[in-house]
Amino acid sequence: MAESLAEPAAEPLLTVEDLHTYLATGQGVVRAVDGVSFTVGQAEVLGIVGESGCGKTVTCRTIMGLMPRRTAFSGGQVIYHPNGGGSLLDLPQSELQKLRGAHLAMIFQDPMTALNPVRSIGDQLIEAVTAHASLSRAEAHDRAIGLLIRVGIPAPERRMRDYPFQFSGGMLQRALIAIALASSPRLLLADEPTTSLDVIIQDQILSLLLELQLDTGMSMILVSHDLAVITEVCDRVIVMYAGQVVEEGEVATIITAPSHPYTKALLEALPQADQRGPLRSIPGAPPSLIDTPAGCRFAPRCPLALPECASWVTELVQAEGAGSRGHRTRCWRHREVGKVGAWQASDSA
Amino acid sequence: MSEAWATSPSHGLLRVAERAAKRSRSTGRRRMVLICGLAMLGIAIVVILFAPLLASRSPTAIDVLHPLAPPLTPGHLLGTDQYGRDTLARILYGGRIDLAIAFGATSVTLVFGTLVGLIAGFFGGWLDSLLMRIVDLFFAFPFLVLIIAIIAMLGPSIFNMFVAIWITSWVSYARIMRAQTVVAKKQQYVLAARTLGYSRTRVMLRHILPNTASAVIIFSMVDAVGNIILAASLGFLGLGAQPPTPEWGTMISDGQAYILSSSWWLATMPGLAIVFVGVAFSLIGDGLADVLRPGER
Repeated sequence: MAESLAEPAAEPLLTVEDLHTYLATGQGVVRAVDGVSFTVGQAEVLGIVGESGCGKTVTCRTIMGLMPRRTAFSGGQVIYHPNGGGSLLDLPQSELQKLRGAHLAMIFQDPMTALNPVRSIGDQLIEAVTAHASLSRAEAHDRAIGLLIRVGIPAPERRMRDYPFQFSGGMLQRALIAIALASSPRLLLADEPTTSLDVIIQDQILSLLLELQLDTGMSMILVSHDLAVITEVCDRVIVMYAGQVVEEGEVATIITAPSHPYTKALLEALPQADQRGPLRSIPGAPPSLIDTPAGCRFAPRCPLALPECASWVTELVQAEGAGSRGHRTRCWRHREVGKVGAWQASDSA
Repeated sequence: MSEAWATSPSHGLLRVAERAAKRSRSTGRRRMVLICGLAMLGIAIVVILFAPLLASRSPTAIDVLHPLAPPLTPGHLLGTDQYGRDTLARILYGGRIDLAIAFGATSVTLVFGTLVGLIAGFFGGWLDSLLMRIVDLFFAFPFLVLIIAIIAMLGPSIFNMFVAIWITSWVSYARIMRAQTVVAKKQQYVLAARTLGYSRTRVMLRHILPNTASAVIIFSMVDAVGNIILAASLGFLGLGAQPPTPEWGTMISDGQAYILSSSWWLATMPGLAIVFVGVAFSLIGDGLADVLRPGER
């Protein structure tokens, strides 16, 4: 957001290195996350954007250690720096449990189902407040009320006694944020926090998240399929496609000078206010993550694709141009991406 | 024109909605079912606890002069049986055994079966398979035959009847609870609870249990009535309460022979007592079903 961005890696809070998460399913091994690396700095907001099924949610859940152990297998490293140099992937559940909530917290896409339906909001808030701190009943109650006020829920005393079904979607997401922030985590993972909300509420929730982030100085990973949401809130963004990072950089750079055809296509798919005619989309569908093709995974849908793309050993390369610091892309023709005009999706449907 | 609003469809709709709103506001009415049930059970418990004050004679005292006295005979409000024992006294004292079975047998199987089902469903894997195969083993036998076999082994007594029910009845709770837990543990609020760093025990007891307990609690009310009837059946077979100890089931079986010879009260009075307690438990079960599931109406 701010113009003078801190070097992302200057004071890292979380480092993810070459993360792989493979899922064992009846159809075969799904390579849901396939070599993802990124760093989240102190008080930084990192966006992760990509289509459904590109590995955003699995990345988040792997960081939190929430993937089922019998069917999900992870490699690589997840280093949470305040916890020393060890990888979170090697920690036993009991150690992870101490980090969750107190250091790492997560909020979910659908607030309707993320709260326990048979317990009052207040009860669940008090539980979250006392989970990592020993407080008296009265102190916990006051802290809970304070949190509800903080996230902008009116008449908190009365609302404490309400059950989730008595809250609207926006209110529930506020309550969920209050619960996630109850133990003042250093890093908040927000997995599509506004997807199930309407646009007005979406804006309120994003403003709230940003305000809380600035106040507390926590870091945040915001996952979304919506580039508009990402640009509104994030400092840096990584674009994911088919389990890989295809482009990373500062938000301003990414939206003004995308260096990967997929990012450019995503940007063009955003409806503009003055736009008339059919909506643009990206033709084709993401590749299967079971038999992933060699070479560039976006090549089958890419207007810039050449035969060489299918055999290119993909890697993230430094992009060129102004504001290119930390701007990397997984396209060997990245110099040409900016030159082609808005390509009309050849979507005949 | 001025009457247009009165006949417009939206007005009718409003009236229907208002009526529905009034109904939903009186959630007290739903609570009434629970309160009625609790009141009936409360009356039964008080009456049975104060049996020595309410019954004029001992349940085993024999009034040789008045065998088979009809109800409303002076000194015998509900009449006497073939030995001249006071029916009212026998019902009041007999209720102690029946209510003890309803509570004592049911509560133990409820708690044990619920925990087994919760653990099996939550942890899954080999533990789940092991526990559920044990449950299947119990279901493979006819229930009554199993109980009779256990009592026959231990010897007929009221305590052994408890033991037999404890050993056999938890399996229904375990099965219901496991099914509920398997569904609940996939819910997002369980995942959310784990992201907050709650321990597995806490997730199991504070997040999954409250969402799944209503099914077993409601079932336990049916089971409590079932256990009273089971006690009666065992008494009838001579495997439960031994004479002259009064117990509702044995009283009914003793009185059966006299129903047709116009001494109808011998079996009917304890039968009504069972019905009264049974209705009380059923109302509590229905009432709890509403109260334990907020928002689900």
